[in-house]
Amino acid sequence: MSAGTLHSLALVAVITAATLLTRVLPFLIFGGKKEAPRLILYLGRVLPCAIMGMLVVYCLRSTDLTAPPYGAAEALGVLAAVLLHLWRRSSLLSIAGATVLYMVLVQAVF
Amino acid sequence: MIPPAAVAVKGRRRRRLFRADPPVLGFPLEEWGKTWYNSPIRWGGVPRQSEQKEKLLPVNKHALRAAFPLTIPVMAGYLVLGMGFGILLQSRGYSFLWAGLMSLTIYAGSMEYVAVDLLSGGASLISAALMTLVLNARHLFYGLSMLEKYRPVKGAKKAYLIHGLTDETYSLVCSAQPPEGVEPGAFYFWITLLDQCYWLAGSILGGLLGQVLPFDTAGIDFAMTALFVVIFTDQWLSRKNHLSALIGLGVSAVCLVLFGPDNFLIPAMAGIALLLMLLQRFMGEEAAS
Repeated sequence: MSAGTLHSLALVAVITAATLLTRVLPFLIFGGKKEAPRLILYLGRVLPCAIMGMLVVYCLRSTDLTAPPYGAAEALGVLAAVLLHLWRRSSLLSIAGATVLYMVLVQAVF
Repeated sequence: MIPPAAVAVKGRRRRRLFRADPPVLGFPLEEWGKTWYNSPIRWGGVPRQSEQKEKLLPVNKHALRAAFPLTIPVMAGYLVLGMGFGILLQSRGYSFLWAGLMSLTIYAGSMEYVAVDLLSGGASLISAALMTLVLNARHLFYGLSMLEKYRPVKGAKKAYLIHGLTDETYSLVCSAQPPEGVEPGAFYFWITLLDQCYWLAGSILGGLLGQVLPFDTAGIDFAMTALFVVIFTDQWLSRKNHLSALIGLGVSAVCLVLFGPDNFLIPAMAGIALLLMLLQRFMGEEAAS
């Protein structure tokens, strides 16, 4: 087994452990009769929205706005996802449609 | 006609003979024994364990039957997104075995997409751990809201429910109510298990197809962007107050400009949490519990 494979396996193990930690922690801390503090419950309600916004920015982080086509493919892809979703409210259609459009744009247009 | 006892081989003679005994009380001794063995008198009114199992089995079948239709939208999404993940991983030189392994162990859709970057870029273990904690911090809040629902479930089943609490599974178990007569634990278990099966099947299929796909897969990673855009849109539409969504977008964009694409996530997380706490009173209904 090469060093690269070993490192990849170690990465998978670390990511698994960290993911499991985020899933188990609430059950470990508040699994008893204890009521979660109000601040935590408040964050639990408002954080998911904010984190999704952050993840959208994260996905678009390497878009280059300074060189042609100035992120046009990404902008059109996001726009397509939002519009398709407003139209049909079907996650699958919106994701598939936007991805296909983006693939066509980066491969054939720009 | 020769009675069965007479043709029995030597070693079996005894039992055969016993079996051929004349019926007692109107039915064969063996039957009578079974009746006594199973009788509530002998067991103090408690049914035998095997009978308890027989009674549980149909209930679990009901749970699967009740869970499956709810998971169909997730099946469609997970097969497609899983395939996208498998294809992406394959395009970076990792076979379908890697896709299968990661879908079994990590099993967090968006994190697995990010893990493709981490693996192929040879990221350090510490940065991978930090990245995972930051990206998956939302699981903390999924867990918090499932505390009550999962409280009656025990043991290995509960451990699996916690392991399988992805965004989509969370949204299903959060909104779905088990029908009457179906054990809630079994119902949640089937939803979770079915969802992981879809994701696993999709990712392995993608890894296999990635080798033979006749077309260029450049740009397939936009599926992840589209996924988050769609979830973001859904959350936007389901709420009156958009302040938290705007904070998420705004703080991240500012941090991206300030810290650059490789280092902006952690400051962005901290900034978002801080602003959400400071602006609690402007959150409208979200602030009231």
